[in-house]
Amino acid sequence: MKIFNLWYFPARLAWRQLIHDKPKLVAATSGVLFACVLVFMQLGFKDSLYTSAASMPLKLDGDLFLIHQQSEALWRTVQFERSELMRALGHPAVTEVAPLYLSLASFKNINTHVKRTLMVYGFDPDMELLNVNSLKELKYPLRIKDTVVFDELSRPEFGPVGELIQSGQDRTEVNDYKVKIIGLFQLGISFAADGNLVASDLNFMRIFPEREINKIDIGVVRLQPGASVQQVQSELREHLNEFVKVYSYEQIRDHERRYWENVAPIGFIFDFGTVMGLVVGMVIVYQILFTEITNYRFEFATLKAMGYEHHYFIRVVFSSALILAILGFIPGLLLSNSLYDLAESQIFLPMTMTLNKIITVFAFILLMCIVAGFLAIHRLKSANPADMF
Amino acid sequence: MIIDVNNLKFSFGSGTLTQPVLNGVNLAIQKGEIVLMTGPSGSGKTTMLTIIGGLRQASNGSVVILGEQLVNSNELAKVKIRRQTGYIFQQHNLLKSLTALQNVCMTLEMYQDLTEHERQDRAQRILAAVGLEDHLHYFPEALSGGQRQRVSIARALAGQPKIILADEPTASLDRQSGHDAVEILKRLAKESNTTILLVTHDYRILNIADRVVELEDGVVKAV
Repeated sequence: MKIFNLWYFPARLAWRQLIHDKPKLVAATSGVLFACVLVFMQLGFKDSLYTSAASMPLKLDGDLFLIHQQSEALWRTVQFERSELMRALGHPAVTEVAPLYLSLASFKNINTHVKRTLMVYGFDPDMELLNVNSLKELKYPLRIKDTVVFDELSRPEFGPVGELIQSGQDRTEVNDYKVKIIGLFQLGISFAADGNLVASDLNFMRIFPEREINKIDIGVVRLQPGASVQQVQSELREHLNEFVKVYSYEQIRDHERRYWENVAPIGFIFDFGTVMGLVVGMVIVYQILFTEITNYRFEFATLKAMGYEHHYFIRVVFSSALILAILGFIPGLLLSNSLYDLAESQIFLPMTMTLNKIITVFAFILLMCIVAGFLAIHRLKSANPADMF
Repeated sequence: MIIDVNNLKFSFGSGTLTQPVLNGVNLAIQKGEIVLMTGPSGSGKTTMLTIIGGLRQASNGSVVILGEQLVNSNELAKVKIRRQTGYIFQQHNLLKSLTALQNVCMTLEMYQDLTEHERQDRAQRILAAVGLEDHLHYFPEALSGGQRQRVSIARALAGQPKIILADEPTASLDRQSGHDAVEILKRLAKESNTTILLVTHDYRILNIADRVVELEDGVVKAV
């Protein structure tokens, strides 16, 4: 009870002082709200970047993956010999291996004839390297010469491909090569590519005549059920050439994620944005607390003369900071949530409001307000009753 | 002896700029006494009051309040005296974001042993005693000057202090409300046998005092 009162009374005074001047309270909470929305958006974009960057590796259906050690990211791979992948077949636990070919290509919008870059995946349709049902259903038609499947989650700039192929307009050019779109699948865009296209390995070679069937981008390895992925992974590492990296499913996902986090400055940009949002918010809260103390210093001095001790006023200041944090966070969360929905519907980036994100941002905002409180309490020294009466 | 000041000296500034204010003040006040202190402005009345109230640190002489030596004392001793002292300021010094009732409760919130209900009850009773039972939930800006000063008297008395220190409580009030305010203060103080030291140059209220002293040139003279 005593501990409770220790905080209850100062918090109540802080609350009464804050709500007494409503226009100022609105201004103060808008400051926190602003910081809150800024941080939510930065984290949202960052997360969306990572999830979308990993959307392709997430759909990969395999146990182990071979890539060239110089491959920084899956959209800019260094090719290696297909024979290297075939050597993995020598391991008794390996049941099948399959090459995956990747390349960026221009795709001609059927209506406007504007060319835009997307990612083309090439693999043997029977191998079903991407775990997407609509692709598996199309594996037989995909074998036909010059056919492709289009990702319906691609950006709208590629044209209303779904409607067009229904009305029979299913011919376009990819990398200036005429193809027929025979269906749609769902993968999702990333920061590397605005759209996706799947072709059989043979059609891939037709679209990209400069590519060779023996130079592959990713090697997918499948193991016998029950085989230890970790053990096979370390054994394959010993058998294969040094320039080939053997990754598990999680590792190739993290490899891609790390690229965007560290190698590409994009991760840094969003972190920087987050920090700047918090700094701006902190300065705003500090300013508010500082003027609060300045305005109320006569009252604080009066209370001091009545027998209130210094730590009481420190608690008043921190309570104000906490109240502002909560009052700003709630509308900030609601606004950010609608902005996430807006971003998803308008710019087609996956933005999800997770509990984890809510907790993280609240912790940030709380920390921001507490730091502002620490900076502001020195102003309390000006409330000295002897100098005022 | 509730207040016992002996040879108190105090000066502002240091070095050649030293400005002596109190030059050996002696003052003794008994329990229940109402003492008015007058004197020309700048004679150190307020300074003396802030030293007695534990708001200002003195380093020369002796100031014993309720048995506690305040000269060269630590913060703890001063806080202890502040809590047993009701201060009435020249301006009402009410908290503008709190209602009359909440303002009076601020005195009681320092005492952890009361429940919210007991605090409200006590504050209500004391506000009724100063004639403000119909204004419990008014904010200070909605009250007249005399009403504000009466809330401030209620606030000072709510903690049942042993001493009331008042610094020109009537200075910002008209004659009638000033007179009413000190009359109420006197009545309530006499009921609870509270000691009052009241600084004023308002000669219209001298009649409430048991004793009047004058502070001039830094020393106390009996009138």
